[in-house]
Amino acid sequence: MADAIKGWDRNQIAERAALELRDGTYVNLGIGIPTLVSNYIPAGVNVTLQSENGMLGMGPFPVEGDEDPDLINAGKQTITELPQTAYFDSAQSFAMIRGGKIAMAILGAMEVSEAGDLANWMIPGKLVKGMGGAMDLVAGVGRVVVVMDHTSKHGESKVLRECTLPLTGKAVVNRIITNLGVLDVVAGGLKIVELADGVSEADLRAATEARIVG
Amino acid sequence: MKKEFASASAALEGLLFDGMTIASGGFGLCGIPELLIEAIKNAGTKNLTIASNNAGVDGFGLGVLLATRQVKKMISSYVGENAEFMRQYLSGELELEFTPQGTLAERLRAGGAGIPGFYTKTGVGTVIAEGKEHKDFNGQTYILERGIVADLSIVKAWKADPSGNLVFRKTARNFNPPAATSGKICVAEVEEIVPLGSLDPDMIHLPGIYVHRLIKGPHEKRIENRTTRKKETV
Repeated sequence: MADAIKGWDRNQIAERAALELRDGTYVNLGIGIPTLVSNYIPAGVNVTLQSENGMLGMGPFPVEGDEDPDLINAGKQTITELPQTAYFDSAQSFAMIRGGKIAMAILGAMEVSEAGDLANWMIPGKLVKGMGGAMDLVAGVGRVVVVMDHTSKHGESKVLRECTLPLTGKAVVNRIITNLGVLDVVAGGLKIVELADGVSEADLRAATEARIVG
Repeated sequence: MKKEFASASAALEGLLFDGMTIASGGFGLCGIPELLIEAIKNAGTKNLTIASNNAGVDGFGLGVLLATRQVKKMISSYVGENAEFMRQYLSGELELEFTPQGTLAERLRAGGAGIPGFYTKTGVGTVIAEGKEHKDFNGQTYILERGIVADLSIVKAWKADPSGNLVFRKTARNFNPPAATSGKICVAEVEEIVPLGSLDPDMIHLPGIYVHRLIKGPHEKRIENRTTRKKETV
């Protein structure tokens, strides 16, 4: 049973995703597990984090008492600046996203498909939150890495042949990192890149509705 | 002409009418024109269409105009923090034009820059693209998005001089400059109005040509999501 297999926890998914970071690049991290990625940036890898509300060079959370209402990230959390920080307005922020200047985005997902379609913004009739900057990010950045749970609470696969939820972007995902392993979007389906600790290829295949090739 | 006004209500005098479109700066509760929003509530202007990235929270920011049912339609990218918004939207009382965040920023910028529309890859293949013109450039598909020209812009800055030149602070800049430029008329609320000549002309974020009226705080500047780390973990 797929739901009996744990594989990586949230922090281990984030740690694995941090290995995707390339030295000297500008990167945008989404809300949730992607935010945890900044805790695991490998030694010797220098990345500049972009926050789409208008900042390059995002620093850590402030210590208590140093919170500044004028300094927040895209999740509206209080943060700090770094010596290389630059601020700009939202039009400029998305100009650099849309213009392909951001090398990679690491984002959460509700569903992902074998064609690299991503759904992470809306459950019709239930959850009304909005896409925020996710549609712009997946359309504009160089590489899209998705971090997510492989299955729902009920054990149903969230790595699908086709997404059932409204899309954030079509054919935009390059790599999927879940609690069960790492998959790449390739011609004809998904290719297994890596298995999480204690997860067999059979486990991964059983938890995946999408076609696995290669 | 003197741009400084004594209060938010005085600064909005003669500018408000039912059914108007307002562009508002701010991201979450950061850099929102909280005083002007309150004054619009007090003026009771109805059937508003508001272009703003977010809709505030219950009881603060644009949330106060939702509570009084003054808003007919929101043009926003993310409204997840507002229970009253969800209730009105899901029951069909409130119209919502979901617009991706970067598309919204560019629609405001374009509207203010005399550009009626632009093509973007954002949203291609999603519900956002439905009913919009598609066009291929260099083998890639783009959709046509429209610039927004608002009847009124309301923005929040850090400092102004009497000529309306504005300086913003940190991430409180966000949507304020593009929102300001999209308005036929723009009212800015600031924390401080400094004497002419005391702002470095090379460091002006938004030139006074875009700002018609000015008021000064005080502001509450509420923090939406206070997050801290422990000292010893540094």
